[in-house]
Amino acid sequence: MSSPASVLSNARIERSPSHTATIYLKESKYEFLKNLRLRLYTASVLSFPLMFYVLFGLVLNSKEAIGGTAVPTYLIATYGTFGVMGASLFGTAAGLASDRGLGWLQVKRASPMPPFAYFIAKVVVSMIFSGIVVLALILLGFAFGGVRFPLGEMSKLVATLVVGSIPFSAMGLAIGYFAGPQSAPATINLIYLPMSFASGLWVPFMFLPKIVRQIALALPPYHLSQLALGIVSAGKHESISTHWEVLIAFTMICLGIARIGFQRDQDKLYG
Amino acid sequence: MASIATFEPRPSTTTVTPTVASLESVTKNYGQIPALRGVDFDVHAGEVVALLGPNGAGKTTAVKLLLGLTQPNSGKVRVFAGDPSNPINRMRTGAMLQVGKVPETLKVREHIDLFSSYYQNPLPLAEVLAAAGLEKISDRKFGDLSGGQRQRVLFGLAICGNPDLLFLDEPTVGLDVESRRALWDEIRSLVDRGKTVLLTTHYLEEADALADRIAVINQGAIVAEGTPAEIKAKTSGKRIRCMTSLSLDALRRIPGVAEVHEDRDAVEIHASQAEPVVRQLLAQDSLLSGLEVTSAGLEEAFLALTQDTNKNADREN
Repeated sequence: MSSPASVLSNARIERSPSHTATIYLKESKYEFLKNLRLRLYTASVLSFPLMFYVLFGLVLNSKEAIGGTAVPTYLIATYGTFGVMGASLFGTAAGLASDRGLGWLQVKRASPMPPFAYFIAKVVVSMIFSGIVVLALILLGFAFGGVRFPLGEMSKLVATLVVGSIPFSAMGLAIGYFAGPQSAPATINLIYLPMSFASGLWVPFMFLPKIVRQIALALPPYHLSQLALGIVSAGKHESISTHWEVLIAFTMICLGIARIGFQRDQDKLYG
Repeated sequence: MASIATFEPRPSTTTVTPTVASLESVTKNYGQIPALRGVDFDVHAGEVVALLGPNGAGKTTAVKLLLGLTQPNSGKVRVFAGDPSNPINRMRTGAMLQVGKVPETLKVREHIDLFSSYYQNPLPLAEVLAAAGLEKISDRKFGDLSGGQRQRVLFGLAICGNPDLLFLDEPTVGLDVESRRALWDEIRSLVDRGKTVLLTTHYLEEADALADRIAVINQGAIVAEGTPAEIKAKTSGKRIRCMTSLSLDALRRIPGVAEVHEDRDAVEIHASQAEPVVRQLLAQDSLLSGLEVTSAGLEEAFLALTQDTNKNADREN
């Protein structure tokens, strides 16, 4: 036998920090490759916001302004939020629902994988794809929309939207724990599309009917888009800290729901 | 229960080696539905044990309990004398489970690279690819593989951490004969390297080909346990069908008759050998008619073995 005897039956596992780091890195690397090669993910989730931006921000309306901000600049913030939301929701919920419902997560749970590695990888990869979408929007705006802002502002915008993907990854985990493997994408669309509209990601917020604007105050994409708009100097609804507080509270609620799902799964038989 | 001392090599005699995994009076229910009803079951170091039973018998539940994926309602589950969900025990176990969908856009070598990283002392990638017969398809995406190739990848994931104890849940389900034989060879080579294997199957033939010991499970209870030879002796045999005026009791008294039951206007007799029984039948009943002798197929005979428990369960209900 290759392995020595284990006397302490419930001893804790000793992994070196570098081994643990390697596991998290590999988990994230393969999660990234997995999504990158999924046409459904890259071709629809990532390219929709870019297509919308080209059409409504560059081909049409490019000389207009919304509340004093040029349309191509304004729409980087709103389509950026839309892109972040899609990348994060689909990046976490769809994979989790399928892995859970069709047995793959059990294979991973039966291995000595640190359980957090699986979730952290999904969140990190959603942040990376969010960053890619936002950078692509900025690049398009710079190249074809005459968008100009200082490097500091630009980094702040990218950082805000990338960090802003975390609440939607948390939401994705919650959905992934309660949706079936086949119904998850439809469930996401059912939440994501109306929420995007009501938060003013497609039609600028000020043009929305009053009732929708009131609903928007309860929606996380509204708060993230207002933070982004604030950076490109077009948001002036609530204070910055209020927006962050709402996003943090929303993240906590979603993680709580995901945890309930996680506990429930511990005692359920699949496959 | 024995705690784990050093491992002995695979026993050539019937010497009992230390217990590496066990279920002690384990009961598991899913809501109202009982999956296991008071199961006692041990796996000893270096042996291959088959848990044999029809679909829904509780095989997969037993494996999931031993992997710490689910908890028993009562009783104890132990792996290496500890809690099966403890990562330190998971380091020493590998599992091949039935999976509906594996991420399809990752390549074979990528899947194995990731799983290997979870373990302290994984096998080198090349060794895993060779042992699971994946060398030629290591750069293919999982989604592009055939059913047999997919099973081999799952097998590769089970062995890549160089575990001492392997759980193989229906490893050959849905495979053609050739792929099945190839996987059997791979499992045998593990055993030659001193690994302990628990496999579940609903093929008696598979249990017979691989296992040192078979536990037959049905409706959540172990109904028979023994070496493949012992189990086969209980299950194999001939089925004799005829119309006779002899009473059922008279038939049961004929030497070699294992079981008799009425089937419409005929009787069906199970016996290990047909000839002596037929000789007696013809001697005792000159008017006997409609004589048919068929060999009870292994699977069919296995059904007969598990049928008793079904009848008992029906009576209870």
